[in-house]
Amino acid sequence: MAEVSADKTNVSPLLEMRGIMKRFGAITALDHVDLKLYPGEVLGVVGDNGAGKSTLMKVLSGLYTASEGQLVFEGQEITLHSPKDARDVGIEMVYQDLALAGNLPVYENIYLGREPGKTAFGFNFVDQKLSRKMAMEHLNRLHINIKSVDQKVEELSGGQAQAVAIARATAFDARVVIMDEPTAALAIKEVGKVLDLIKRLRDHGTSVILISHRMDDVFFVCDRVMALFHGRNFEEAMIDNTNRNEVIGWIMGTKGHTEALAHDSL
Amino acid sequence: MTHSDAASQDELATPAARRMQFIEKYGVFAVVVLMCLILSALEPDIFPTTLNLTNILRQIAMNALLALGLYIVILTAGIDLSVGSIMALATMLLAMADTSGYFPWPVALLVGPLIGIACGMVNGLGLTVLRLPHPFIMTLGTLYTLRGITNLVSAGRPISGISPEVRFLGSGEIPLPFLGEYASVPVSAFVILICYFGVSYFLRKAAIGRHIVAVGGNPQAARVSGINVDRILLIVYSLSGFFAGLAALLMAGRTGAGFPNAGIGAELDAIAAVIIGGASFFGGRGTVLGVFAGVLVMGLLRNGLNLMDVSAFWQQTFIGMIVVGAVYIDVLRRKAGTAR
Repeated sequence: MAEVSADKTNVSPLLEMRGIMKRFGAITALDHVDLKLYPGEVLGVVGDNGAGKSTLMKVLSGLYTASEGQLVFEGQEITLHSPKDARDVGIEMVYQDLALAGNLPVYENIYLGREPGKTAFGFNFVDQKLSRKMAMEHLNRLHINIKSVDQKVEELSGGQAQAVAIARATAFDARVVIMDEPTAALAIKEVGKVLDLIKRLRDHGTSVILISHRMDDVFFVCDRVMALFHGRNFEEAMIDNTNRNEVIGWIMGTKGHTEALAHDSL
Repeated sequence: MTHSDAASQDELATPAARRMQFIEKYGVFAVVVLMCLILSALEPDIFPTTLNLTNILRQIAMNALLALGLYIVILTAGIDLSVGSIMALATMLLAMADTSGYFPWPVALLVGPLIGIACGMVNGLGLTVLRLPHPFIMTLGTLYTLRGITNLVSAGRPISGISPEVRFLGSGEIPLPFLGEYASVPVSAFVILICYFGVSYFLRKAAIGRHIVAVGGNPQAARVSGINVDRILLIVYSLSGFFAGLAALLMAGRTGAGFPNAGIGAELDAIAAVIIGGASFFGGRGTVLGVFAGVLVMGLLRNGLNLMDVSAFWQQTFIGMIVVGAVYIDVLRRKAGTAR
C-alpha cells in the first residue's frame, strides 16, 4: 500500500471510497472496502466471482446505497441515491449487459434520459436533428466507426454495442467511467478496439475503473490494479510493479509464492 | 419520420432488409386494401358507398380509441384488461352527471375523460406502489371492480336522456354535400384523427414519448439512464384510462345513454386490433399507423360479414384466426430477419 501512494504523493485522488460496507440481509458483501482513483488513471479491479467487485461498482454508480462508509469526490463528501445522482456528478457506468434499448437507434441510446431539446407546454420535446448531429460528432471524437447513428442498437455487433454504451457514458464530460467486464462478451478482434477506446478516454483525462477477469486486458490498459477477496481489500500495486502471476494469486487469495499457481490462461 | 431520417435509413439497408422494413410498416395496409377490393367486388352496390364507408368510421370509433390507449400500454410490454370496464363506468357517471341537472354540460363532458384518467392512475399505482408482479393482475382486478362499481351506482339500469351538447362528439355529423345529398362524416372520425396524430407525434417527439418506447425496449436501460420508470408507467396507464374515458364520451354520444353492460369484452377487441396492427406483445415495437390499420381490418371484417349476412359467430371465428395469422406472420418475419 505504501509504495502505491508514494507514486501519487503530489496528486490528490479524484475519488475516494472509504470503509464501504454493504450488507444484504445476513450476508456482508463488502467489508470496509477502500478505493482511491486518481485523475486520468485506469484502475483495474480484480477478484474472483463473488469477491464484491460488481457490488462495489454498483455502490459507486448509485444503484446500491452503502450500509456504511463515505464517498468523497474532488474532496467533497457525496451521497448517491440513484444512478441519476451519480451521473450528475460525472460518474458513469458501462454495465456488463450494456443496458441499451435495442429498439432505439444509436443516437437515442447515447442521449437517453438527457435528450437535447426544448420545453413547450410543460413537455420536453426532443431535437432529433441536433441529437443525431451531436451523436455523430461524439462518435467521431472517440474514433468509433458506426455506419449510421440511425441504426437500431439490436442490429449492431457486440463490439459496436459496447462502443455505443461507452459513448453514452462519456457523452457529457464524465469524470469517472466504470466498466464492468467490457470485453467478456466480445469477439477477439473487437477486444482490441474497446481497449484502445479505454486508452483514448484516459488520454482525454477521464479516469476509468475497469473490472475484468482477463489479465491481458488489465496489463494492457491499467495503470494500477487492486484486488478484492471475500469482500475485502486484498492487495494493490502499480501495474509496473507487479506481474500477471502475482495478480492471479491475489484473485485466489494468496500473496507471495505465486509461481506454482501461475495460469496465464485464467 | 423526417426526410433525412428516411434517407439515411435507405443508405444502410440492403434491398432485402428494406423490403422487410417496408412489409413491417405497410404490410397490414396491404391487407386493408385487399379487403376493400374483395368487399367491393362481392358487394359492389353497398360496400363502396359513402354511407357504408362513413358507417364503418362510426362503428370503429370506440375500438379505435381503446386500441390507441392499449397500444401505448403494450409498447411498454404491459397490458390493460380494464379498458372496457373503465369505459362503462365513465359512460355511466357521465350520464348521471349530465342528467342530474346539477352540472352544466361542459362539466359533464369532462367527467368521462377524468374518470378514465383516475381509473388508469389506480392501475398504474397498483403496478408501481403495490408492486403487483404483472399488469395483467392489477387490470384484471380493476376489470371486475370497476364493472361492479358501475352496476352498483346504476343499480344495473341504463340511464338515458343525455343532452345534445354532450352527445355532439359521439353523434355529430359534418355534412359533405358534394358526395351526395345525405352524405356526412361523423365528428367522432375527427376525434380519432386528432388522437392518432397526437399520440404519434407525442411518441416520436416528446421526451416522455421516447422514454415510453425505451421502457418497452429495455426497462433496465431506461432506469440506469435516469428515467423514472414508475412515473412512465403511471403516465402510460393514465393515458390508457384517458382514451377509455374519451371512448365513453363517444359511446354516450352515439347511444344517448349509459349502459352498465357497455364495453364487455371491448378490451379484447382492442388488444386484437393492436396485435393485428403489428405491435409486439414484448414491448417496444409497433406504430400508431399500424394500430389504425388493425382497427380498420377488424371494422372491415365485421362490416363485410354483416353486409353478406354472415352470422356474428363467424365474425368471432375469423377475428380469432386473423389474430393468430398476424402474429404468425410476425414470427416468420423475425425468423427471416435473424437468418439474414
